[in-house]
Amino acid sequence: MEEKVMEAVNAEENICVPENLIYQRPETLLDVPMHYCPGCAHGTVHKLIAEVIDELDIQGKTIGVAPVGCSVFAYQYLGVDFSEAAHGRASAVATGIKRVMPDKYVFSYQGDGDLAAIGTAETIHTCNRGENLLIIFINNGIYGMTGGQMAPTTLPNMKSTTSPYGRDVQTMGNPLVMTDLIKQLPSVYYITRQAVNTAGNVRKAKKAIKKGFQYQDLNKGTSFVEIVANCPSNWKMTPLQSNKFLEDQMFPYYPLGDIKVPEKEVK
Amino acid sequence: MAKVKGDVVIDIEVCKGCELCIVACPTDVLGKSKQVNNKGYQYIVKVKEECTGCESCALVCPDAAITVYRKKKQAV
Repeated sequence: MEEKVMEAVNAEENICVPENLIYQRPETLLDVPMHYCPGCAHGTVHKLIAEVIDELDIQGKTIGVAPVGCSVFAYQYLGVDFSEAAHGRASAVATGIKRVMPDKYVFSYQGDGDLAAIGTAETIHTCNRGENLLIIFINNGIYGMTGGQMAPTTLPNMKSTTSPYGRDVQTMGNPLVMTDLIKQLPSVYYITRQAVNTAGNVRKAKKAIKKGFQYQDLNKGTSFVEIVANCPSNWKMTPLQSNKFLEDQMFPYYPLGDIKVPEKEVK
Repeated sequence: MAKVKGDVVIDIEVCKGCELCIVACPTDVLGKSKQVNNKGYQYIVKVKEECTGCESCALVCPDAAITVYRKKKQAV
């Protein structure tokens, strides 16, 4: 296939040669087809984590903790050591791993049903203790793996299988903004909210994840990176429509940007 | 004429045809194939030659199916 493309593209000059290579699948992202739905942001974030691990050259020193949720099989896709945690307890398991092996880079990768619903207590206490680890929080406002039930982060009036007439804030409460809860805790070092819907946002998200790993190296405390993501299947949309919904509905409620940055970096 | 010339190679068996790369491309180089791959997805193919190697498509690809090459053109 590669040869055909190359022939069709350029008969006079072939630029598909190793010295012209500028972007390829990162090594840490294993050569396994991912089970995620087409257009799902999980794949993009996995790719970013793999790129950061490759760039920092810490493949042998990184331990991830996978949650329960769509990303439960994260250990199949990332070529680093992984541990599976009980539902919501990924940050607690990561705490244990980090305390036993303080020289390793530890990150937990959690969705919103995991981190913001059943694991709220573990998350808040991990942040309150200022454990020296990186928490990556994928917020798509819905329970993906179990079939699109309402999550604590579901937007007001947003339909899901357990709120078929839209989320009623009178009876079901307002969406839980985790970053607002934990930004008041002094031990959290770095909190940011990013997205991966456009190329520019992907670059910013990668920088944020990279900072999280670097702060861990400097022993600074908890880094919390929230990624506002899409869920095309359970929002009942095409990937492009879901990105439009993300921009129109999710970003006003979950505005992107740094929420808590180290004092030296404040401009 | 552009000063840089790029090219993309798409792994059609990994591609799920989500079309995110099509809208990410500033020069509209990518399009959807009429054939399907082994999984039954209509994969993405290159339909034009204007690629500048900006790597936007590869960045947004959730399945890391795109490899990007770029070369600066020699002054003639």
